[in-house]
Amino acid sequence: MGNAIAFYVISALILGFAMLVVTTKNTVHAVLFLVLNFLAVAALYVLLTAQFLAAIQVLVYAGGIVVLYLFVVMLVNLKRPPEDHSAPQRRPWLGFALAGVVLAQLGAILVWGGAGDPVDPHTMQNSDLALNNVERIGMLLYTDYFIPFEVASMLLLVAMVGAIILAKREL
Amino acid sequence: MIDTYFIPLVKILFVLNATLIAVTYMVLLERKVIAWVQVRLGPMRVGPYGILQPIADAVKLILKEDITPARADKWVFTAAPILVMVPALITFAVIPFGPSVHLFGRDIPLYITDVNVGLLYIVSVASIGVYGIILGGWASNSKFPLLASLRASAQLISYEVAVTMTLVSLIMTAGSLSMVKIVESQFNAGLWFIFVQPVAFVLFFIGGLAETNRAPFDMAEAEQELTGGFHTEYSGMRFALFFLAEYANMIVVSAVATTLFLGGWLAPFPNVAWLNVLELIPSWMWFLMKTFAFLYVFLWVRATLPRYRYDQLMRLGWKVLIPIAIANVVVTGIVKVLF
Amino acid sequence: MATEARQMFDTEELVINMGPQHPSTHGVLRVVLRLDGEKVVSSDVIIGYLHRGIEKLSENRNWTQIILLTDRMDYVAAATNNVGYCQTVEKLMQIEVPRRARYVRTALCELQRIASHCLWLGTHAMDIGAMTVFLYAFRERELILDLFEEYCGARLTYNSMRIGGLPLDIPVGWDKKVLEFCSIMAEKVDEYEELLTHNRIWLERTKGIGVITAEQAIAIGLSGPPLRGSGVTKDARKDEPYAAYDEMKFDVPIGTAGDTYDRYLVRLEEFRQSIRIIRQAIEGLPEGPIVGKVPRLIKPPAGETYHAIESPKGEIGYFIVSDGKSTNPYRFRVRPPSFCNLQALPQLIKGHMLADVVALIGSLDVVLGEVDR
Repeated sequence: MGNAIAFYVISALILGFAMLVVTTKNTVHAVLFLVLNFLAVAALYVLLTAQFLAAIQVLVYAGGIVVLYLFVVMLVNLKRPPEDHSAPQRRPWLGFALAGVVLAQLGAILVWGGAGDPVDPHTMQNSDLALNNVERIGMLLYTDYFIPFEVASMLLLVAMVGAIILAKREL
Repeated sequence: MIDTYFIPLVKILFVLNATLIAVTYMVLLERKVIAWVQVRLGPMRVGPYGILQPIADAVKLILKEDITPARADKWVFTAAPILVMVPALITFAVIPFGPSVHLFGRDIPLYITDVNVGLLYIVSVASIGVYGIILGGWASNSKFPLLASLRASAQLISYEVAVTMTLVSLIMTAGSLSMVKIVESQFNAGLWFIFVQPVAFVLFFIGGLAETNRAPFDMAEAEQELTGGFHTEYSGMRFALFFLAEYANMIVVSAVATTLFLGGWLAPFPNVAWLNVLELIPSWMWFLMKTFAFLYVFLWVRATLPRYRYDQLMRLGWKVLIPIAIANVVVTGIVKVLF
Repeated sequence: MATEARQMFDTEELVINMGPQHPSTHGVLRVVLRLDGEKVVSSDVIIGYLHRGIEKLSENRNWTQIILLTDRMDYVAAATNNVGYCQTVEKLMQIEVPRRARYVRTALCELQRIASHCLWLGTHAMDIGAMTVFLYAFRERELILDLFEEYCGARLTYNSMRIGGLPLDIPVGWDKKVLEFCSIMAEKVDEYEELLTHNRIWLERTKGIGVITAEQAIAIGLSGPPLRGSGVTKDARKDEPYAAYDEMKFDVPIGTAGDTYDRYLVRLEEFRQSIRIIRQAIEGLPEGPIVGKVPRLIKPPAGETYHAIESPKGEIGYFIVSDGKSTNPYRFRVRPPSFCNLQALPQLIKGHMLADVVALIGSLDVVLGEVDR
């Protein structure tokens, strides 16, 4: 019962903040709402007894990536002139159509994706998985999902090198 | 009912109050310690030997006029000091002050809670603390505080990487992320981890100095530079909150270092039977003594060393500390596998 | 490719104003800096905030009254100012100063050098972040100020010389106190060295910062420790000995690299040499009169002369023109060392970071009272 209430409240927060991110006029406010969004997602993870993931969500997303977003937003003065909003190449209907397609795909995954029956959070609480979060994730990452792990790290390395080349004064 | 709600509530109130009082008196402690190093006496007038000085400071700051700059972003301006203070305070939820004690017919553990990813919780909460600094500088709507705040936060993020890498090798040694289990593994090993991982201790100390913006890494707040840094436009209690948050962060770093490296609540040589006489001093007393020893070293370093220039500071973090931390992880892994 | 990418970013130079009220400009100095990021692109040094018209005022004062005014130029090292001025007038009037007076003058000058360097060390270290050295150095400066107070009654603006000698003989027991002070000071200099000289952070903040080559130093007209730090052997105490320096045995420290670290080492060694000179001066203090044969009314013959001495900041020179008829000088001109050393500042800080600017101002050791007069 308590879990259900918590879930609905947190989901409302997540959706609310996400709406605010795209509708606020002030860019810095939008980034801050994004942070709150991520924190709410972390709360959701805790609800699902994925504490490790929650901590990583806060540490990496909210505490690392969005901070760098903030740097860029604060230092680079992005001011689009208002005429841009009604420029001819902007086609709102295309945006809505694509969003609808993505929504349909997500729905299809949910219904036919074979996610299985939802697990009762109470049994999850004291299960082996909850207590050995880190170990289990570590095992999975380095055995079953080894290749995606390595590919992801290569991607990050490429991004870092690219950023350094763009920003360095003399090579 | 009592166990799940009442006792944790009492513990939370106790720890919060104790922390806030400790933070306020850290101000006095710093002034006194640095004064004694510098052949002076420090505050002596308010109360006997200056004991009431922090109260006088607090009263003064509360009574000051609260100025918000004209075009500053009001919400963010108000939120920034809060965002610096809150992460420091909520870290205390997972710090173990001692093992279970038997009180009022129950076994009450001397920590608010034991999350199974305790150490990671501390690191992630600390990374939220960066927001207060960035937003403090930006919300002031003024060139110099913004630049200073961005410099300070860049410093914080860089050293976060170094500190986290250091903690990885420690987690490998202890075998768990939970703070209580780390202390227990030090008990099982019979040794404080400072002897097992001396390099990690040194790296953690240096990283801790940089994370809390303390000398020699306090270029962001040095008055000789661009005015007062990111808190130039703040006055009254908000300004005080920034400073108190810095001291709270220092206490957090000391408490974490005590738990990880100095055996938390354990007496020295906890496993040696004939030294059990040391157990006459209660466990939380040991914890406090070690934390204060660490804090004293923080203050001592501030009084003694000159200040690093900003680019030298960043170079130290990225080019020296991170490689050493990574090497430490590799060596720890090899040792763990071989032995 | 990197430079093209950079041009996509619209960057602008930041103009920052340092001073005249600033904790680290050591007085009312104003420096307008143009920064590109953190590096100084160009700078403008604006002085004159402490101009009191000392040279013009001197034209309306008689020769003895001007000694008071000279105190207020380099207020950190007033005794050397006094000595320089008195010797210039003595040179013009061809007055011989008795030996005892010359010895005491030497001791007072060297005590003054130590006091000035104490202040320099304290403020320089504090600017770079080592706050404690400031208090230690001032503790020693207080000892010197006590000695001066016992001698002439003042702690900062001494008025402690007269044309032809000294106003007072040294008090009883003063020489023993000076020797005691010398032993204390010798230990303390070792203490400062322990705290700073081999400290890694100090080295990183001062080595290679603000390099002046010997040719540049001579071209700009530097003097004192900035000149000697760049390797040029020039010290008025050795080249044109005055007071009792020709009878003293001492070395003049010379640097090699011309950076902030070498200037620091030069001044640190000057501490030790000054202690050596004071010991020789006090232990070998001859008996005799304290003032030479000076007419009641000081009226130098018509003519002009220039005389320079080595003050702690560098070479301080006095140029006086007397018309032989009035009791006031016709023209009184000072060549202050800080004024000439400060000219090096724009060239020094170019290309350095903002944090180095304060280190360099401290390294040149300027006193605005002297620069502006």
